[in-house]
Amino acid sequence: MPGSDPPGHSGRTIVVAFIVRRVIAAVLMLAVVSMATFAIFFLIPRALGQTPEGMASRYVGRDATPEAIQGAVKRLHLDDPLIVQYGRFAKGIVAGQDYSLGPKKAECPAPCFGFSFNNNQPVWPTLLDRLPATLSLALGAAVIWLVTGVGIGVVSALKRGSALDRAAMTVALAGVSLPIYFTGLVSLSVFAYTLGIFPGGGSYTPVTENPVMWFQSLVLPWITLAFLYAALYARLTRAGMLETMGEDYIRTARAKGLKERTVVTKHALRATLTPILTIFGLDLGLLLGGAVLTESTFSIQGVGKLVIDAIRGNDLPVVLGVTLFAAFFIVLANLIVDVLYAVVDPRVRLS
Amino acid sequence: MTTPPGSFLELRDLRIHFPTEDGLVKSVDGLSFKLDRGRTLGIVGESGSGKSVTSLGILGLHKGGRARISGEIWLDGEELVTASQDHVRSLRGKKMAMIFQDPLSAMHPYYSVGAQIIEAYRIHHDVSKAVARKHAVDLLGRVGIPQPDKRVDDFPHQFSGGMRQRAMIAMALSCDPELLIADEPTTALDVTVQAQILDLMTDLQREFNSALIIITHDLGVVAELSDDILVMYGGRCVEYGSAEDIFYRPEHPYSWGLLGSMPRLDREPTERLLPIKGTPPSLINVPSGCAFNPRCAFADRTEGRSTSQVPELLETEGGHLVRCHLPRAQRRSIWDNEIKPMLEST
Amino acid sequence: MRKTNALALAALGTALTMGLAACGGSAGGGGNTSSGNNATGGAASTAKHNDAYTKVVNPSEAKGGTLKFALSDEPDSMDPGNTYYAWNWNFSRLYARPLMTYTAQPGDAGLKLVPDLAEGPGEVSADGKSWTYKLKKGIKYDDGTEVKATDVKYAIARSNFTDELTDGPKYFAQYLDAGGYKGPYKDKDLNDFKGVETPDDHTVVFKLKAPFSEFDFLVANPQSAPVPQAKDTGVDYEKTVASTGPYKFESHEVGKQLNLVKNENWDQATDTTRKQLPDRIEVQFKQNAEDIDNRLMAGQIQVDLAGTGLQSAGRAKVVQDAAKKDSTDNPFTPFNRYAMLSTAVKPFDNIDCRKAVQYATDKVATQAPWGGPLGGEIGTTAMTPTTVGYKQFDLYPNGADHKGDVAKAKEHLAACGQPNGFETNIAVRGDRTKEVQVAEALQASLDRVGIKATIKKYPSGDWSAQYAGKPDFVHKNNLGIMIAGWGADWPSGFGFLSQIVDGRFIKASGNYNMMELNDKAVNELLDKGIQTTDAAARNEIWAEVDKKVMESAAFMSFVYEKTLIFRPSNLTNVYVHPAYGMYDYTWLGVKQ
Repeated sequence: MPGSDPPGHSGRTIVVAFIVRRVIAAVLMLAVVSMATFAIFFLIPRALGQTPEGMASRYVGRDATPEAIQGAVKRLHLDDPLIVQYGRFAKGIVAGQDYSLGPKKAECPAPCFGFSFNNNQPVWPTLLDRLPATLSLALGAAVIWLVTGVGIGVVSALKRGSALDRAAMTVALAGVSLPIYFTGLVSLSVFAYTLGIFPGGGSYTPVTENPVMWFQSLVLPWITLAFLYAALYARLTRAGMLETMGEDYIRTARAKGLKERTVVTKHALRATLTPILTIFGLDLGLLLGGAVLTESTFSIQGVGKLVIDAIRGNDLPVVLGVTLFAAFFIVLANLIVDVLYAVVDPRVRLS
Repeated sequence: MTTPPGSFLELRDLRIHFPTEDGLVKSVDGLSFKLDRGRTLGIVGESGSGKSVTSLGILGLHKGGRARISGEIWLDGEELVTASQDHVRSLRGKKMAMIFQDPLSAMHPYYSVGAQIIEAYRIHHDVSKAVARKHAVDLLGRVGIPQPDKRVDDFPHQFSGGMRQRAMIAMALSCDPELLIADEPTTALDVTVQAQILDLMTDLQREFNSALIIITHDLGVVAELSDDILVMYGGRCVEYGSAEDIFYRPEHPYSWGLLGSMPRLDREPTERLLPIKGTPPSLINVPSGCAFNPRCAFADRTEGRSTSQVPELLETEGGHLVRCHLPRAQRRSIWDNEIKPMLEST
Repeated sequence: MRKTNALALAALGTALTMGLAACGGSAGGGGNTSSGNNATGGAASTAKHNDAYTKVVNPSEAKGGTLKFALSDEPDSMDPGNTYYAWNWNFSRLYARPLMTYTAQPGDAGLKLVPDLAEGPGEVSADGKSWTYKLKKGIKYDDGTEVKATDVKYAIARSNFTDELTDGPKYFAQYLDAGGYKGPYKDKDLNDFKGVETPDDHTVVFKLKAPFSEFDFLVANPQSAPVPQAKDTGVDYEKTVASTGPYKFESHEVGKQLNLVKNENWDQATDTTRKQLPDRIEVQFKQNAEDIDNRLMAGQIQVDLAGTGLQSAGRAKVVQDAAKKDSTDNPFTPFNRYAMLSTAVKPFDNIDCRKAVQYATDKVATQAPWGGPLGGEIGTTAMTPTTVGYKQFDLYPNGADHKGDVAKAKEHLAACGQPNGFETNIAVRGDRTKEVQVAEALQASLDRVGIKATIKKYPSGDWSAQYAGKPDFVHKNNLGIMIAGWGADWPSGFGFLSQIVDGRFIKASGNYNMMELNDKAVNELLDKGIQTTDAAARNEIWAEVDKKVMESAAFMSFVYEKTLIFRPSNLTNVYVHPAYGMYDYTWLGVKQ
């Protein structure tokens, strides 16, 4: 029966136990994800009759001699049974592994996600190198879309049916429908190449190198990416707000004599934002695994650009690395959202 | 504008209409009544009869919306229909307060019970949180919540149904309102708890000497409590009188139906002696003549007036008002000879 | 065949063409409104379309500035010994000097080899199996140490005899008499490598298995650029290449960015083909292909490194705008785009059935997918116009304007015993949009004479290993026609032809002689040619081989591929180098 919890006992212990349980589940899930990725890359081609040599021929130059292909098969261990390959991969994460660069071995300390089949670079440092760009892009865009999307959604809901509401919802529909590579290229064409207000594609600079350039180079990608999400969030917020404003407890709040602004901000918004928070967490988690389209359009060397190129180049270790990386962020986002949800909504229990 | 009345609360020809895509919804269409301090009025009717819209109208919660409001609402010498929104807001919660039905949805799920009471108190009292909290604990204790100093931090979902209703009452009482409106205060509760809540409300009313309006679809709820009873149908008053009038000398066929629908301890709860056939009227296309005529078992005894003329609300005797085409003698005779024996037979 | 950057984004690009072309149009004229550099279009320049094809445009010896390259892809490697991209054989000369290189001139003159690291062309021994090069004295690496003959030997050893460096060609392994040499990573003693001898610090002697008269072309490949053994880090060497050219590595983030700065230890006096104009050269990898074109037109970058030209959206803009068109050049690439008719698949084992296809094909229709005349010139030979030895001829004149000669085709069908036509299959790389469109155009052409062709799509990744390059598969699946392309590793008839027409190169898998042409006369001519030391006589032989191949009617060229490359007006000293089919990257300067 609710209400009978002895106070004091609950709080921290429950949260810690919850997190521990979820972390264990997450590790298991990551293992499954990695196995599935492995299977897609190795099992399916083999089932379709691909030989280890056929696979290796992708990673050597054209006209490779049979010896060179055999060399690649051995170097990449493509002829090992799948389970052995997977075992080596898993072991690399825990214990690291070595790799032949030619005259000497390269050490790849744990966590080692292996080396790119295409350019021989270790995957983990590459990922870490690409992460700040993706973080900058995703977080900046998230701030923009959260503020504008929710703001427009609330105003639209409160002024339901007004010209402002209709205009906002039309723009939002456009935002949801237009693909990023279209809005991105058009914005570059107009603001970078015609008006010259912002730098063009490929101008991303790390914040540590030049904060001003970092900011300028990200304005268009932020807006482009945020436009899509802001549109989505405006629609979500508007719908949620309309629903909440019809709730009994809003009527109660008004009956107490609360000012309308307080009713909206303290009572309505809080209830509206809670489900949006969930979606936001998942969206952000997903984006941290790479904003593929935006990064590609603006030539930002982030995680998303890395993985799309790796998929095109059949670069399994990189694909695997990014997949796990992205899955990690999604799991993390889920966890944070669940904990936050429990904080925000007292009815939710962590169990 | 007419002169202020002598009564504490008086409604004069109140109309609340909502324009919709389908037409004008006349939720309340010419309602008048008076209520003094220390007295209790029961407003009875089916859902859609306009009783809840009336109560929200008194609180001014339709102001600024799409509703078209006319008529007069006088509260303690002030007219509220023409008063500014902000002024009415300042009276809400303090001078007049409301106890909503279904407190699980009427209380904010994310705020503790205490926080919601504290908020209500601090809107109208410039006190610190600590003071307000002490007040909230006191209130919870007074409405019968055990260990109020602990339960004050619980959330609504952690309370049982009865306790939630008590908390709701505590919240409404936080500023000692002079007018208290209770909308179906006991609907969601089981019978024993119902009785406790009703007792609590009458006790508190006596203590504060406030005017109390109880809104319900169930005559049984108001039987004990009310001094006067107003029966609403289709946005209008169809019968008004003292509790004795309504229970012992009801003259409107709809009131008879309500009496017949009262759940009684000696019968199965689902069994209804004298069911009211059909559904409540559409408030857009109100039936011509008497709004109740399609459902009235005695409409054929009105020589056709029931479908052609709108009956007027007329006084029979001693403030007992009835809106019916049947001649008074005939009404009395039907009650005495047809209805009453049936109600008493089992 | 050098790789091209065929972009998988082609389809996406087509979709965008509409939107962006419209925007460009309404923006009007593209004035000098771009940020920073006011270098939109060719407004400031008086140069015309294709000017850089025949002369140097914007000639200038002005030094300074940053020259910016962008590439939509990532290179196989920036290691001169480990790359097979055409553009990289051009670009790597900025920091790597091979023994020989091409003359720095537009037009046919540019196809002539000149000594680079070497003092003169190779001296061939009487038996034709030994080629000797003397190194110029005083050539230094960027760290100031002198280049030694053993560094050249080591460079050949690492690039051709190791399992790790797999991306470049292996011609030296193929032609040098190296015994069972295991490569420098397994066998640390370079003396065990007998294929190259270094009698002194400035002499390199290549020991061949058989005479090979075009050896100078082989050592013009960047693999002959010296690598000091102590500096070699294998596949990671691309991060820290020891430079002999006018620029050296400042930083290289693999797959991301390469920055070059001036190499103070390079001496112009020793170098006849390069310049050292910009202060810095920056290369961005993995850039959005559409955006590269926009940045070029805005003058924000100077060169699309791949040299494969504008995307469809960019082309559309250029075609609409005369001023922009004047800022473009339209050179031949080394590629011939063609169909091979399998001589081992019925009824193409009969030459008349093959001829019927030659005559029936509407080559204007098959030219269209490449982008019309801007994308390629209709071809009638195996060799391309920028190949040394090329002679123009047309054995199967197929109607006025190349639209096909249906009557003639039907004649040959009758001669082949298939007067009402027959059924066959066209194999194509399904993920290459243009090639699929070509197959469709060919299908429509053949339909006119009753040849019912079914298009079979295969993935390009395994195209040569599993499908069209595997004769067994071709026979089993009746692949009568295969759509393919070929570009030579060096611009001579031998370089172009040997892999695709020599009957002795028919392989069980990875076969490029997909038509399975095994003509004794062709094979013997190839042998004769490669042993002929006199260049003029040799080139006559290549033309003869070409004719013989075309006589077989198994090879049908669609187009000699051309590209449309954009020349921003802030780019100076620009000309198209014929050996690469793109601008000479070692000559470029940038206006500040």
